[in-house]
Amino acid sequence: MMKRWQAVKRLLPMLAVFSLLLAGCGREDLSALRPQGPVAEGQYDLMKLAITIMIFVVAVVFAIAVYVLIKFRRKKGQTEVPEQVEGNFKLEIIWTVIPLILVFILAVPTVQKIFAFGDDHYNEKGSVQVKVTSHLYWWEFEYPQYGVKTAQELMIPTGKNIAFELKTADVLHSFWVPSLSGKMDTNPDGTINRFSFSTNKEGVYRGKCAELCGPSHGLMEFKVKAVSPDSFDKWVAAMKAPAVLPKDQALAETFKKSCLSCHAVGDQGGPAAPDLTGIGSRESVAGILLNEGQDGGKPVKENLKTWLEDPQAVKPGNKMPAPKDLGLTDEQIDGIADYLANYKLDY
Amino acid sequence: MDWLTTVDHKKIAILYLLAGGLFFGIGGIEAVLIRLQLIKPMNDFVSAQTFNELITMHGTTMIFLGVMPVIFALMNAVIPLQIGARDVAFPFLNSLGFWTFLFGGLLLNLSWIMGGAPDAGWTAYTPLSSTTYSPNHGVDFYTVGLQIAGLGTLIGGINFLATIITMRAPGMSFMRMPMFTWTSFITSAMILFAFPAVTVGLVLLSFDRILGANFFEVAGGGSPVLWQHIFWIFGHPEVYILILPAFGVISEVIPTFSRKRLFGYSSMVFATILIAFLGFMVWAHHMFTTGLGPVANALFSIATMLIAVPTGIKIFNWLFTMWGGQIRFTSPNLFAIGFIPTFVMGGVTGVMLASAPADYQFHDTYFVVAHFHYVIVGALVSGLLSGLHYWWPKMFGRMLNETLGKLSFWFFIIGFHMTFFVQHFLGLMGMQRRVFTYLPNQQFDTLNLVSTIGAILMGTGVLIFLINAFVTAAKPKGVADDPWEDGRTLEWTIPSPPPEYNFKQIPLVRGIDALWKEKMAGNKSMTPAEPLGPIHMPSPTILPFVMSVGIFIAGLGFMFSKEQFSNSFMSFIFNNWIVVIIGLVITFGSMLLRSLYDDHGWHIEVEELEEEGVKA
Repeated sequence: MMKRWQAVKRLLPMLAVFSLLLAGCGREDLSALRPQGPVAEGQYDLMKLAITIMIFVVAVVFAIAVYVLIKFRRKKGQTEVPEQVEGNFKLEIIWTVIPLILVFILAVPTVQKIFAFGDDHYNEKGSVQVKVTSHLYWWEFEYPQYGVKTAQELMIPTGKNIAFELKTADVLHSFWVPSLSGKMDTNPDGTINRFSFSTNKEGVYRGKCAELCGPSHGLMEFKVKAVSPDSFDKWVAAMKAPAVLPKDQALAETFKKSCLSCHAVGDQGGPAAPDLTGIGSRESVAGILLNEGQDGGKPVKENLKTWLEDPQAVKPGNKMPAPKDLGLTDEQIDGIADYLANYKLDY
Repeated sequence: MDWLTTVDHKKIAILYLLAGGLFFGIGGIEAVLIRLQLIKPMNDFVSAQTFNELITMHGTTMIFLGVMPVIFALMNAVIPLQIGARDVAFPFLNSLGFWTFLFGGLLLNLSWIMGGAPDAGWTAYTPLSSTTYSPNHGVDFYTVGLQIAGLGTLIGGINFLATIITMRAPGMSFMRMPMFTWTSFITSAMILFAFPAVTVGLVLLSFDRILGANFFEVAGGGSPVLWQHIFWIFGHPEVYILILPAFGVISEVIPTFSRKRLFGYSSMVFATILIAFLGFMVWAHHMFTTGLGPVANALFSIATMLIAVPTGIKIFNWLFTMWGGQIRFTSPNLFAIGFIPTFVMGGVTGVMLASAPADYQFHDTYFVVAHFHYVIVGALVSGLLSGLHYWWPKMFGRMLNETLGKLSFWFFIIGFHMTFFVQHFLGLMGMQRRVFTYLPNQQFDTLNLVSTIGAILMGTGVLIFLINAFVTAAKPKGVADDPWEDGRTLEWTIPSPPPEYNFKQIPLVRGIDALWKEKMAGNKSMTPAEPLGPIHMPSPTILPFVMSVGIFIAGLGFMFSKEQFSNSFMSFIFNNWIVVIIGLVITFGSMLLRSLYDDHGWHIEVEELEEEGVKA
């Protein structure tokens, strides 16, 4: 009996350390263990319940194992044959029923939440609709209610339900903002997914692609920026304002010719590549080169230049041609970087 | 030459072990390279493309070519002995199964030197694995190589089913069969149902890639989600195909070294069957985030959680087998004891993953990586190492060194938990899997470093095992029939290593743990069930090897049928399907030869048997 309690005592501090670890784990804007919105919170509650049950199971098994291994080791000179026990019907029923009960405890809230999170809020009044389209290796966000399209940085108003419709333009990707909600795959036409999340806290959250999609899968990140509804409206207005082009006429021509065939700014340009409207006020360039204000961030212009000098070095396998191969000179690249860095939106 | 033509199950077991060891080594090196790349943020040790090739090949190699053959090695070495049979039901097919497996595996690994390994992940999800997004031949090597290797696995599985159903010694009813034979039997049945699914999938994918079909091409009306269903209808049972034999090993090792019979034998059998059944019902839990809808997600959630029940039964039965016994801490038993807590931890995270809304967070993160490595490495590889240490003397007639065995256990188990325990946290903190690098300042750095150090320790443990095997091979043979002294089943009644006919006289089985029963009755050996007579043996043959070479050539020919080589002769023979035809002619020609030439085998005469008996 004594030894059994010792084993339990040994486990208790481990449990305490474990729960502490869990609570303070990871960055607030990234970790699924530090939820910042109701959906992620619901998922976190489920995780906590599951982890509690599992720690209980592991503790029981470990306790029995430790007890058995200490008590029943073969001693020197022990030669008698232990009793050959066939089994024990009662015991076996017990360890069939207890796991069943534990599974039931977890299954009920699981099913509840499956249906709760499975609800389609896309056409609900008050929801902000966002059409997410994933590309190799960038994210496109379209707001059909506002007629606005952006890339790499998802702007959302706090306190509102953001309802997503997800699809991919090429291979499968998976849309994931851990601190706001779990992930959902972006499939091609025919199997388009919908889901939603919301947050009441302003801030920048880190999003990732969670489905292997090619060499730069690990670099296919994006940011979610939650701002007040007022700021959001201002942002929409700023996005819809006419495009600002470089002041220098020659540079504007180059920019139009070389960049706007794929990219768009404001009402100009094409949809094949990320929208650049207001790129100077984003939190990152290409999703992974963090700008000032983010941990380890660098000035926007510096990041833009890193990207423009050799896009393949930053994101291997991406579809952007190197500006130098398009015939742009160092001065022109510098000029475009400077122009884009100063292309900021007021919101 | 002897080894190329053998049809003896014990020699084929050793061939499987060598081939498995080779591929396990390759997969292990890939694993270490992966961990080295992730040792620090923004590392550039390997390129993004190479990294994706490494993870794809690591997963594929380990699942199909690393642990599968080691399982088959144990099954080949042990099952006929445990059921009191002289060989498997179809020795020729057994050899064919091995050679197709080996050539399939070689073909797959040729990709490293023939212009690009597969890079779409071991799950090869379309459209990433289509020619549009994976234009080199990598995925072709994957589809063709795995079809050939899978053929071998399927042949092996069917062979074991037939062997176990028809060749048990008199008195060995199904409910007297040793647990390892039981789990292998269920595994073989699962192979029978699961492998055709993946083979069909791989055929469809090669049709898409090589013949321009549209099974998975959206533009042509195909569905990428269809691939996921086909893949996981095989893929989930595969996990149980792998782990059940390990359960069997543990159920043999723990009773032996506790000197007790297995607690709750019939519930163990029942649990095994239930796990196999449920294993087929839960494939969609790999696809919760694909968007199947709440009803499907709910059903698959609950079905998955239910697997915890039979697995729990097994865990407690093992613990209570040890309860009241006399536990000896030999190296096989250390691995078996280490298996239990490790598997429990892998199992409970499995239940966590089954909860679909929480799985939206876990899926495709390092949490999943940690989970399945706990099951497939921590539990399965422990189980296999336990089985190898346990049956090594029976297979080779030499005891492995116990000190080295224990040393390798401690390196392995400590390294393993260091590598994978921290990965649970990495996943929960937002690190997705299959990333070739990660940005700094995300609190991933330390945990990744710990993980990499752990991987190196674990690799050291495996190396020590290899050294042990080599050191042991240099020692003279000569261990007792029952070297662990507490053997309970039939394989311990015959010499180590067994003569090629295994049993001079087929034994009569009088209960569970046949040998133990005789020991307790005071008998020194089994009662024979037949008089001493000449033993019929199958002839050795090179045909299985030749058939497999033919399939190998045809596979290569098929893969490169659209290729424009710089050499016009090469282009000519490949593009006109001439290589494919040559390969198929070799294979079907061998089959024809096999059908027309009636080989009756040969006999070992009674005098010979008696002579050998005197020698022993």
